[in-house]
Amino acid sequence: MTTTSQSIAGRRRFTNQAMTALVYLAVALALTPLLLILGEVVVRGAPVLSLSFFTNLPTPVGVPGGGIANAILGTFIMVGIGSLIAIPIGVGAGVFFSEWPESRLSFLSSFMNDVLAEFPSIVIGIFVYIVIVLATHTFSALAGAVALSIIMIPIVARTTEESLKLVPRSLREASMALGVSRWKTVLRVVISTGKAGLFTGILLAVARAAGETAPLILTALGNTFYAKNLLEPTAAMPLLIYVYGISPFADWQAKAWGAALVLVFIMLALNLLVKLTVGRRFANVRAEN
Amino acid sequence: MQKEREKEAKKEGLTMSSDATTVVIDSKMKIRGLKAGFGKSEVLKGIDLDVPQRCVTAIMGPSGCGKTTFIRCLNRIHELTPGAKVQGEVMLDGENIYSPKVDPVAIRRRIGMVFQKPNPFPTMSIYDNVAAGLKLNGVRERKVLDGVVERSLRMAFLWEEVKEELHKSGSALSGGQQQRLCIARALAVEPEIILMDEPCSALDPTATAKIEEAMVELKKQYTIVIVTHNMQQAARVADYTAFFYLGELIEFGETAPLFENPTKELTERYITGKFG
Repeated sequence: MTTTSQSIAGRRRFTNQAMTALVYLAVALALTPLLLILGEVVVRGAPVLSLSFFTNLPTPVGVPGGGIANAILGTFIMVGIGSLIAIPIGVGAGVFFSEWPESRLSFLSSFMNDVLAEFPSIVIGIFVYIVIVLATHTFSALAGAVALSIIMIPIVARTTEESLKLVPRSLREASMALGVSRWKTVLRVVISTGKAGLFTGILLAVARAAGETAPLILTALGNTFYAKNLLEPTAAMPLLIYVYGISPFADWQAKAWGAALVLVFIMLALNLLVKLTVGRRFANVRAEN
Repeated sequence: MQKEREKEAKKEGLTMSSDATTVVIDSKMKIRGLKAGFGKSEVLKGIDLDVPQRCVTAIMGPSGCGKTTFIRCLNRIHELTPGAKVQGEVMLDGENIYSPKVDPVAIRRRIGMVFQKPNPFPTMSIYDNVAAGLKLNGVRERKVLDGVVERSLRMAFLWEEVKEELHKSGSALSGGQQQRLCIARALAVEPEIILMDEPCSALDPTATAKIEEAMVELKKQYTIVIVTHNMQQAARVADYTAFFYLGELIEFGETAPLFENPTKELTERYITGKFG
């Protein structure tokens, strides 16, 4: 009796340890590419970084001291305008999907939202090229921002929907039972309870938009100078990395690594912010239970 | 009266357990032929019941008998669940709350509810939780709100425990305190009726005793309907008790006679613990 139970306990212990080892192995494998890329970007990009890299315009090949100031500015402007368009639409759609699920329109548009999220971003670029670039006869920051907003909307809408669905039914009922209208319940109770998740979704969408290259090729085009207004071709970091990276010049390639490092750093910062918010959201859910 | 109602019920094609209902003279609500369910499944199969004014009425019965669905029909919260269906009449002071002319939001302001699991708003302070019903309906004057918050918390027997920490989060309180906070929140909008859906099922005996104590005080001003699993609780707090079984009202009457001398065999078997 004791020997059998001991042998079972032994086997159990062995299985447990083997499975734990497998899980650790999987984690290591998943992290390897990330660490390799990060390491490579830091090693190759760091030497280029200097104050002038952030403040100067690009220089022609062979002229030393150029920077990526216009690309950084372009990215911030386009992601900024893109967010201004995408956040209200995305949050509104997400609220609709989550709070009015019985509506057929809600089901249909929620499905279309999923389709949009899966769209190849170059197709979105072509769409905006036809609708805005051809209509205004110029590549522009505006067209780039619209393309980025179309990429952001489904992400914001989906994460808004998911985080509002996490808000317990009982809170909606508590509010409705006080004689509060459905609309006010959504606005003041549901969104206020799920706002950490909303914030997470917005940051994820911003991070995604900041790194998009394909839709910008056909809309913002790129520029070696500052754009004077929103209706001129505009530089962006992913575009600059793309153009410099495939160029044959060692100087440009080095700068592409530098720009990549800056972009990766911005992404990491945004994701860190997301992690902190998510941590807070789970703290909230725990408090409810 | 009884015969008339049966005739009426037959006309509408409802089945009715003949003398299951007792007519109460001073009734706040009259429920007639109430059927409710989800999609194709019918949970309530035609309930007729009078809810007496300024009394505690307990709804008891085994799990799945429809008592929660019943109470949720009384303030039109049931219909918020996707797929929910309701049919029949619920008369509040003679007005059918299911009439198409009636705004459910206005009805819910008159009929408050306390839920099974304490559900304070997690992002709001104790003060804001109690004031929520007024604030969300546009009341802003600090003086008014201060008065309502204190009065409501006192009536829920919670004031003494929280008066120093009104700004703290409502979710930081213990389960029993949270439930009393929810009672205070419901009282703050000054409803006429308070529905309680197993308000003590998640609480320990001390917390339960406090809530029962509050109920006895509250019935002086309010009409209370409480769903309970707990027969001792029904016996302790309720003036009237209704026994539900499989979506039908089996027996309804004053609590003491119903417990001591049930007229239906099902009721007797339930009370003596033979099933349920």
